[in-house]
Amino acid sequence: MAIDWQAFCLTLQLAITVSAILLVLGLPIAHWIAFSHRRWKFLIEAVVALPIVLPPTVLGFYVLVALGPRSPLGRWWISLTGHTLAFTFSGLVIGSILYSLPFAVQPFAASFAGVDRKLIAASATLGASPLRTFFRVIMPLSVPGLITGTALSFAHTMGEFGVVLMVGGNIPGVTRTVSIDIFDRVQASDYAAANQTALLLLAFCFAVLAVVYSVNRRAWVVGPIK
Amino acid sequence: MKRIAEDMRSFSCTLLAACIFLSATCGGAQKNKIAPDLFVAAAADLSAAMKEIGDGYEKKTGVKVKFSFGASGALTQQIQNGAPFDLFFSADMDYPRQLIAASAADGTSLYQYAVGRLVLWVPADSPLDVEHQGMQVLLDASVKKIAIANPQHAPYGRAAVAALKHTGLYDRVADRLVLGENISQASQFVESGNAQAGFVALAHAVAPGMRGKGKYSEVSEKDYPPLAQGVVLLSRSQHKREAAQFLEYVKTKESAELFRKYGFTLPQ
Repeated sequence: MAIDWQAFCLTLQLAITVSAILLVLGLPIAHWIAFSHRRWKFLIEAVVALPIVLPPTVLGFYVLVALGPRSPLGRWWISLTGHTLAFTFSGLVIGSILYSLPFAVQPFAASFAGVDRKLIAASATLGASPLRTFFRVIMPLSVPGLITGTALSFAHTMGEFGVVLMVGGNIPGVTRTVSIDIFDRVQASDYAAANQTALLLLAFCFAVLAVVYSVNRRAWVVGPIK
Repeated sequence: MKRIAEDMRSFSCTLLAACIFLSATCGGAQKNKIAPDLFVAAAADLSAAMKEIGDGYEKKTGVKVKFSFGASGALTQQIQNGAPFDLFFSADMDYPRQLIAASAADGTSLYQYAVGRLVLWVPADSPLDVEHQGMQVLLDASVKKIAIANPQHAPYGRAAVAALKHTGLYDRVADRLVLGENISQASQFVESGNAQAGFVALAHAVAPGMRGKGKYSEVSEKDYPPLAQGVVLLSRSQHKREAAQFLEYVKTKESAELFRKYGFTLPQ
């Protein structure tokens, strides 16, 4: 077996970290998008959706140069952490958060917006604060959307390549993810290893997504009246 | 019902017209050329030098040369898998030989066009005195990351590793190496300041993009096997005659001067 397990575990670590952070970070953003009445809401929605359209090389470029050691933001980061954003696991995490943001926020926002407004109103009239309403009413009713968003951001990060190629530096155990490993093998003409690794990634991601979608279908939503 | 049928018909007519129009313009654009374009795969260290040579050739003959720069190993892969290049300028002699052995290139056309040089480069504002201390600066505590090209498929990366091993520094710096996809990306890592030092091609260090932005010292020739760079004509080429003519131009004195300008030495 010529599979680089270190790369696989690193990629898993990256995907879990990113989807966990996006679950926490995405909720307030999605809530705002779903319930805000501001006229400039469409601008925020467009910004959130940008990573879907932009090639990852754009993000990679900005992390390397606009957030690099020559920029004020980059210098602030170095003073805070002691190293650059590029070539580190935390740099990959930040890049991946930005890159997978719409894959988490959009399903979250869609499921929040789909919650019956009468129930939210009822909760308010019964004296619950907006925060309590969010946790006790809106979130339980949006579980399918939350699961979908988290699963999508997990799978999307597992397969990430462009940003990692540009800012990772291909360091084993730190930034050499599975996608980079496969790319390296192909370029070194080691097709057997590339094939094995690619099949493993494919099978793993398929299994994860299949489990998530099958569980999702069994109506996890907690209904108000049984 | 009739309205729907009419709508469908007018829609399909418009679609058909659009398709014909598009294929005519795109197809026509290719066939109207008197002199065909040449597609040349070239190692990343040639990005500055080859563009000038290509421009000179176009002025002289009207043949436009289009370049695709990358790591020699990556380009070899693409060519073996059918990429439609006419010529391949590698940063070594092994990759062209690999292609010849695989019948993807013409063995009689193999020509050593230049010898590349490796340098150790640091940004201009770096406190490291690379010009006098050479590779010893890599042991300094401020050097957190050292950029090299990926030795698995880039000749300059292999040369950098060889030089580090030859001077006994490899084990002490191995954990601080960051690998660029090719020598251009390695240069970019150090030029942007993300790596504190890097092994780059002399051709890049003297090219307009990096010139004056840093200090460098040439790695001693005895520390690494010479970067003898070879070119081959590819079997899949649709324009072998034009490709051979361009190759002849690359062998002339004019081109030799351009190679020298970018720090390459000519094999004698």
